[in-house]
This record gives sequence, structure tokens and C-alpha cells, in this order.
Amino acid sequence: MATFEAKSLACIRDDRMLFEGLDFTINPGQALVLEGRNGSGKTSLLRILCGIRLPEAGDLLWQGEDIFQLGPEFHEHIAYLGHKDGSKLDLTPLENLRIAKGLGKARQDIDLEEALEQVGLYGFEDVPTRNLSAGQQRRLAIARLLVTDAKLWILDEPFTSLDRKGIEHMERLFEGHLNNGGMAAMTTHHRIGFKDEIELVRINLSER
Amino acid sequence: MSTLSLTSAFSLLLKRDLVLAYRRRSELINPMLFFVLVTAMFPLGIGNDPKLIEAVGPGVVWVAALLASLLSLDSMFRSDFEDGSLEQFMLSAHPVSILVLAKILAHWLVTGLPLFIVAPLLAVLLNIPASAIPTLMLTLILGTPVLSLIGSVGVALTVGLRRGGVILSLLVLPLYVPVLIFGTDAVKTAIIGIPTTAQISILGAMLVGSLVLAPMATAASLRISLS
Repeated sequence: MATFEAKSLACIRDDRMLFEGLDFTINPGQALVLEGRNGSGKTSLLRILCGIRLPEAGDLLWQGEDIFQLGPEFHEHIAYLGHKDGSKLDLTPLENLRIAKGLGKARQDIDLEEALEQVGLYGFEDVPTRNLSAGQQRRLAIARLLVTDAKLWILDEPFTSLDRKGIEHMERLFEGHLNNGGMAAMTTHHRIGFKDEIELVRINLSER
Repeated sequence: MSTLSLTSAFSLLLKRDLVLAYRRRSELINPMLFFVLVTAMFPLGIGNDPKLIEAVGPGVVWVAALLASLLSLDSMFRSDFEDGSLEQFMLSAHPVSILVLAKILAHWLVTGLPLFIVAPLLAVLLNIPASAIPTLMLTLILGTPVLSLIGSVGVALTVGLRRGGVILSLLVLPLYVPVLIFGTDAVKTAIIGIPTTAQISILGAMLVGSLVLAPMATAASLRISLS
């Protein structure tokens, strides 16, 4: 069974200890929700979980194996949505998604138009991404999660600039992913409205 | 991950960068315009002594090509760094060095290849004899990819810095010097009429060496810049 495990992680930024001795496990169907004040290290932790940033101490294990040793083999299981959308403004949403699909391990049972429809961007396939609103650009970034076969979604403030209906809609999408045996690690300032059966692992970085 | 999807990721990324370059055409012309202008200024500054112009010609073409390449380097990863695309590349299911190679190739096609195409015209302008023009072209087609490849390592190291321009020049220019020396020397030798096999072979070796090593170094540097 695919699990993601962190063992006594520590992170130092600008000579400040953000956290140390952090342990948790994410099992299929579970979501890790990070809470904490601004600057408490939520984004740093998410970047460590992706393998972009190295932790000061501790290990990250994907199915028992170290993620830094797995490298691309680990990356095919994750999808990361950071502060920045990672879309090219000069390309259309469809072109952006095609690249996202090609970079990851492509999911076969969904085509690109379908993914755009699921995030409410139907009809915007060929509009330059530059002309979309901030919320629509965020939706495009979320559509990127849908086109690869990634098990673990790492989401840094996924609901930024979304309207209330959009947030509810994306929550249903994330629930669907978790119900299919997916995993998630996320930060949000918004109170998450997942259904009760979704198991949340909450960690508050500023109250440890 | 199969080889098939790796090649398709490579061509996808290559196509992406070419499409992006095409949609920002004005930036595209910049290095070539610089190359042409600098080279065209030299005869005006030096005066109309054909012997003198012929003597400095190969050096002028190569130095201008070098500076044009340096000028365009920063655009290789800058916009991808700023909009977060670079993070997505680092988290790709494919080896980063292969993706980086696709980006370098696209960058060379957009900035290096045009230099190669206009070079014969500039050679005529600088009084380089027709017999030496094929050698000039050969040195450029072997040398300009080396400039892009070596440059990519420098850009990858400095992309995270706010004002990386000066450091980039200091970092990259010394590594460009061997290309400059052998490139100019080959053309000068060809003007005299002596075979240039040695210089061309060395340029070829530099190309092969940097083709193998630079993408890996660039991938590692990008990892450092992002963490």
C-alpha cells in the first residue's frame, strides 16, 4: 500500500528553526492539513515534501523508500500546486495542460478538454492564459492535477483567488481524489469543508 | 518511465519553447540585431583599410557572436523561474537533464542559429575571402551550441538571484574563451589557406563534451537555485 511517511523532519530558514522532530504518515484516502501562522514554515514544509527543498534533518519515505533516492520515480506519484500557478501566460489553457500531461505520468482515462470542463473552464480552451482572470488561472493550475496519474497532491493554498462556489467545487474534486485512494498534503487559510468520512491529519506548525 | 514518453516529453518541451519564442517575436530578433549591428560598426570605426579589416574580421565576428549569445542567455530560464514552470520541470517524472537539453536546444535554435545564417553576409562586409566563409560557418555551427550549453549552467546558477547579470558574465565569459580562440584561429588559418582540421576537431570535441556534461550540471544547478 502506498504511504508517505515523514520522520523527524527539521527545517531552518535564515538561522531560525521553523520546526524540528516532525513526524507524520499519510495513508491512501487521508489528507494532511497544515496550519499555522504566517511564516511558520508551511510552504517550506510542502516544498520539502515535494523534494524541491532539502530538510535540515529527517527522512521522507514513499512506500518505505527515501524520496531523494527515488528522484523522478517519486515525482511521477506527486503533483505540486505552489503559490505560483506554473502556467505560461502566452500559451492557451489547452497547451498548458498538454505540457503538464507530458511532464508527468499521463492519466489515460481523461482527456484535456474534460479536465478543463471539470474545473469550469469549458469554452476557454483557446483563449491565451494571459486573458483569464486570476481565479480562472488558478482553476487551470488545479486542472493540471487531474491530467496526471499522481497519487499524492501537494497543494499550497489551492483556493487562492477562487470564488465561494469555486472553492466548494474544488473541495468536491479533492474529495473525489481522496475517495479514489489518493492522498493530499495541503495548507489553507480557508476552513476546509470536506465531508466527514475524509480522514484529516492536522498539524499546527505554530503550536508545537 | 518508458523511452517513448521521454522522447515525447522532450519534443513537447522543445515545441513549447519554440511556440513561446514565436509569440514573443520582438525579443527573438534582439540577439541577431545586436550581432549584425556590432559587426557592421567595426569597419566604420576602423577605417577603410581592407587589409586591416580582413585581419580583425574573424575576431570581430566571433566576439560579436559571443556577446550576442551572452545577451540572450538570461532569457533561457528567467520566465520559467518567475511563473513557477521551473518547479514543475524539477518535479517531472522524467530526468531533468533531458528536459533541460530540450530547453537549451530550443534556445540555440532561436538565438544561435540566426547568427549562423547571417554570418556569410557579415563575412563579406568584413572582407573575409569567400574561401574562408565555409570554415567560418563550420566554426559557428559547432561553436554557438557550445556557448548555449556552457551558458545554461551559468544561468541555472544565477536564476535565483535578483541581480545575477554581472555574476553571469563573470562566470560564463572565461569559459567562452577557448571557443573564441579556436573559432577565430580556424578562420584566420583558412584565410591563409592552411587546413583547419585541428581547430575544427577541437571545437567538435568541445561540443560533444559540453553536450554530455552541461545538461547534468545545469539540472543540478537548477536544483540548488530552487531550494
